[in-house]
Amino acid sequence: MGNGTSIGRVRGLGSAHSGAHHWLMQRLTAIGSLVLVPWLLFSLITLPNLHYETVHEWLARPVPATAMGLLVVTSFWHGRLGMQVMIEDYVHEHANKFAVMTLLNLAAFAGAAFGLFCVVRIALGGIA
Amino acid sequence: MAQAGTGGRNRPLSPHLQIWRWGPGMTVSILHRISGNGLAVAGLGLLLWWLGALAGGAESYATFTRLVDSWWGMVILVGVSWSFFNHLASGVRHFVLDIGSGYELVANARWAIITPLVGILFTAAFWAAILIR
Repeated sequence: MGNGTSIGRVRGLGSAHSGAHHWLMQRLTAIGSLVLVPWLLFSLITLPNLHYETVHEWLARPVPATAMGLLVVTSFWHGRLGMQVMIEDYVHEHANKFAVMTLLNLAAFAGAAFGLFCVVRIALGGIA
Repeated sequence: MAQAGTGGRNRPLSPHLQIWRWGPGMTVSILHRISGNGLAVAGLGLLLWWLGALAGGAESYATFTRLVDSWWGMVILVGVSWSFFNHLASGVRHFVLDIGSGYELVANARWAIITPLVGILFTAAFWAAILIR
């Protein structure tokens, strides 16, 4: 990165107008997924079978349920940041960009909320 | 941005895609984008469908496994798993480039060729582990 102007240096903002925040969060959420998705795949492979009772009983345990909740958060966060970059590259018209970004935010928050609710329901919930 | 009408037609233009000789770095880059956005749509969709089916009870889970066991379900599963492992490999390549390493021309091209192969290798190993377990 160049040195920019004095006021730019003070504010820590570059041409993106948001500093390195997006870049940094993309990396941090990537590390989250880098740990948690292989954990999920390894767990599914090493379960005795993939019948409903087996998987449900496993995911209802405290550590798998917590890890699954974190996986939902980190992967939806990372996916939302990544799709933002694609939209910024390919959608140029301001109104369209605003509309698509709004839809992306709604979808990311709704998806993460549904995923978290399912984990809570599996861990605490009703149906045996 | 270009200022039409002020300086005549012969101003230099930013080079466009087709004038570049295609190289391995460009292949890794576009595969990273394709697999990443594929994961964000199909992968996260699959994750939510699986969690929802599991939270919904034995009957909804049976519907999920029946549909995913079909030929098109397997195409989606293999596609999503490849997307993940490819995105993981090229994502780790990003981390290496982030620390300022791997920009020498020969090393950069070599790792750009190896990265998607690692993604395919991991995908094959993953499905082999499922089939032999």
